[in-house]
Amino acid sequence: MIGFIPKIIFNGILTGGIYALVAMGFTLQYGVARVLNLAHGEFIMLAAFSTLSLYVLFGINPLLSLAIVALGFWIIGFLLHSTLFRKLLKSSPSLGAFESSSLLAAFGLLFVIQATAKIIWPGLPWRVTFLAYPIRILGVQVMANQVVALSFAIGIALAFYFFLMRTRMGKAIRAAAEDRATAEFMGINTDRVLALCFGLGAALAGFAGVLYSMCYSVSTNMGMNYTLIAMIVVVLGGLGSVPGAFIGGLILGIISEILNWTQPLFAMPAFYVIFIILLLVRPTGIMGKS
Amino acid sequence: MPILEGQGVTKYFGGLAAVSHVDFHVDQAEIVGLIGPNGAGKTTLFNLISGAIPFKSGGIRFKGQKLNGLKPYQICRRGVARTFQETKIFADMSVLQNVLMAAFFGTPTRISGADAAREVTQALEFVGLSAMSATPVIDLTLVNQKRVEVARALATKPELLLLDELMAGLNSTEISEAMELVTKIRDTGITIFMVEHVMKAIMGICERIMVLHHGEKIAEGTPQEIAANKTVIEVYLGEEAHAGS
Amino acid sequence: MNIAAFASKRFLVPGVLILIVVLLATAPLYTALGTIPLMTTILMYIILAVSWTMFSGPTGYISLASAAFFGCGIYASALLFEREAALLPLPAVIVMGGLAASCFALIVGLATLRLRGIYFTMFSFGLLELARRLFQYYEFYVTGVRGRYVGNVDGNTVYYIMLAILVATLLTVYFIRRSRLGLAMQGIGKNEEAAAHMGVNTTKVKILTFALSAFFMGATGAIVATRWLYVDPTIAFNLNYSFLPLLMAIVGGVGQPYGPVVGGFAFAYLRHVLQSKTPYYFMLVFGAIMVLVILFLPGGLASLIERGRHRLGGLMSKLWKGDQAEHHADT
Repeated sequence: MIGFIPKIIFNGILTGGIYALVAMGFTLQYGVARVLNLAHGEFIMLAAFSTLSLYVLFGINPLLSLAIVALGFWIIGFLLHSTLFRKLLKSSPSLGAFESSSLLAAFGLLFVIQATAKIIWPGLPWRVTFLAYPIRILGVQVMANQVVALSFAIGIALAFYFFLMRTRMGKAIRAAAEDRATAEFMGINTDRVLALCFGLGAALAGFAGVLYSMCYSVSTNMGMNYTLIAMIVVVLGGLGSVPGAFIGGLILGIISEILNWTQPLFAMPAFYVIFIILLLVRPTGIMGKS
Repeated sequence: MPILEGQGVTKYFGGLAAVSHVDFHVDQAEIVGLIGPNGAGKTTLFNLISGAIPFKSGGIRFKGQKLNGLKPYQICRRGVARTFQETKIFADMSVLQNVLMAAFFGTPTRISGADAAREVTQALEFVGLSAMSATPVIDLTLVNQKRVEVARALATKPELLLLDELMAGLNSTEISEAMELVTKIRDTGITIFMVEHVMKAIMGICERIMVLHHGEKIAEGTPQEIAANKTVIEVYLGEEAHAGS
Repeated sequence: MNIAAFASKRFLVPGVLILIVVLLATAPLYTALGTIPLMTTILMYIILAVSWTMFSGPTGYISLASAAFFGCGIYASALLFEREAALLPLPAVIVMGGLAASCFALIVGLATLRLRGIYFTMFSFGLLELARRLFQYYEFYVTGVRGRYVGNVDGNTVYYIMLAILVATLLTVYFIRRSRLGLAMQGIGKNEEAAAHMGVNTTKVKILTFALSAFFMGATGAIVATRWLYVDPTIAFNLNYSFLPLLMAIVGGVGQPYGPVVGGFAFAYLRHVLQSKTPYYFMLVFGAIMVLVILFLPGGLASLIERGRHRLGGLMSKLWKGDQAEHHADT
């Protein structure tokens, strides 16, 4: 068992890194734009499949796809929010009503995206070999693609964190999330900030999907699991807290790997138990405000 | 024994004390006013009493029994009713349905449909809304919506009524009518504890007034005493004078 | 004047409804072959849509867990059939299915209905996966069974049971709406804080209604299992059964009791028609319809109907008053 610990940690950080990206995107979309994006996982799935298609059809290196897909998803997310969700926001009598209707719209979107993917990419789960050779790091045998994915996952997550905390745009985003009225008053175009954030959330999903496709096999049904994981991580870390999502993602990734070694089927129910306990004891999460 | 008393009531939001070590009491069948600048903690205090927000520091007792930790519906059934600053009406339901809900659920023991209907009729008559029982509340004028809130509170058969800025947004005539209504309610034996900004009302009907500022009680006394109190004038009435009201 | 009395709402609406029920109940006698299975499916969807609306409609707490409760009923049925023979009489199996779902809902409700709606919705989204995994775990580690066979029940019997469940569901909705429970639920939906301050034990009301709505979903699942014949956790717990009832209710309109019925009928039939093409196209279409309806007609078809009714009602009352005026003028 001792010998497995480095491997568990490594896999845990890789999984956790991806979870962190997924969760940060999700929490951004809810925390700032107040949209509970049930279709988040489908975006990840779409990104994964797009990466594979780009690789197989055009020979585009997945690392390059990181930029392409993320940019594309950012634009799609931005447009989606500017059209669909903004209209919903304007026509909702209260924030609660908007949360409900945007949630339902996202639910519909889930099926639109999933069905589209099933039509475009019918057939069995895909796996493409990219950098699929083992290398040895610190005495642990891992796949090269996993090392790359892990580095990028952590790197992107940290970069995003610094963006949010240090740059002007990041501060504007946090201001708009905290108190929209005051932010407007200070001259921040909150409509645009919300749409940008939603787009950023989609871009993060894009990153996660690309990195995922580098290491694991993809299927059109993979989306929902990731949406669920996003929800659990986000509740763990605090709904709306990006740092919380980052840390929560890593924690959950490591727990997931530990469970995978012992009882694989047990992982999801275990997450659920964690979810329930969190909701009962501290629904605002580790870093959330009550 | 006062019907409502609080000792050392404190509530923090983040690092800020919204209410800080406030001691207060309200005696049976009194009309007590609670005033203070915006953000002084008045509504927060009401929220603590009615159970809308939880608190751990300090104690609030109603008829000698602790209210700490009870849920709003439990506090309501013990005999504490309240109205809200922003009228929390059930928008597209009728006046009748709004009050009926209170009549059905606000009493400690379950009452029959017929009894509830009777309560509703009485409450509506008391506030003068009998003619509008079928109207959707959203279609009423502001003053009538406030009457609905009062009727709802009365239908729960309270012994203590918390009024949160009942007069806000009303014109001069409406304020006088509201003052009469409040006095009428007290005359039926219900104790009134009211938050108000409208000085005419506070000075006119309150027997005792408490002043909050930055979450602390800075003064307490009869209307005359408060009007003459230098600290109060500086802090609160002074603000109004500057505002040119 | 006597004609007018009959035409008055008091007699007309119940009369028409009874007529419809009678027609439906006698359908096996006069419909073409193959219609009954289709009608059974339509009834199933209507029940799910109405049950979903029972809780989520008035309270505004959006539940995405319908498929979990439906699946519970399916699985309860599967567990109660051993080698295609039922361990209990069929009505008991149905009730057990309902109770299993209710118990599940009770537990979930106790845990999550004290919280804000958004947490409840998130949790309900994952309930399906949780239920599926739990049953997979159970079958894998405890029983070692890889799929269960549910006894074959005669098509007409299934139809009658489905019809009975639908009538029961609709009656429940009707009585709740008129009761103080229904009033409390509406209050919770419109302003939960105010309702709580007026003495409504909001948590209890929510949990009760949630468990009640789950009962009907579970009962329906229990009878549907006998049509599917083969059941395993993946088949029993399918996201479509969370989405479709919700879609039907929203498009039909949650503001009126007939909304989910209309929506259920329309989409069940539409699905039947579209499913003969590739299975994924209809989900794409349905997903798009969901988005469009939320954007442009959030009140659903019922809101259109109500608008039309008001205009028609205004017209009718004008005619009626005109008639009355003439009558009075003569005297």
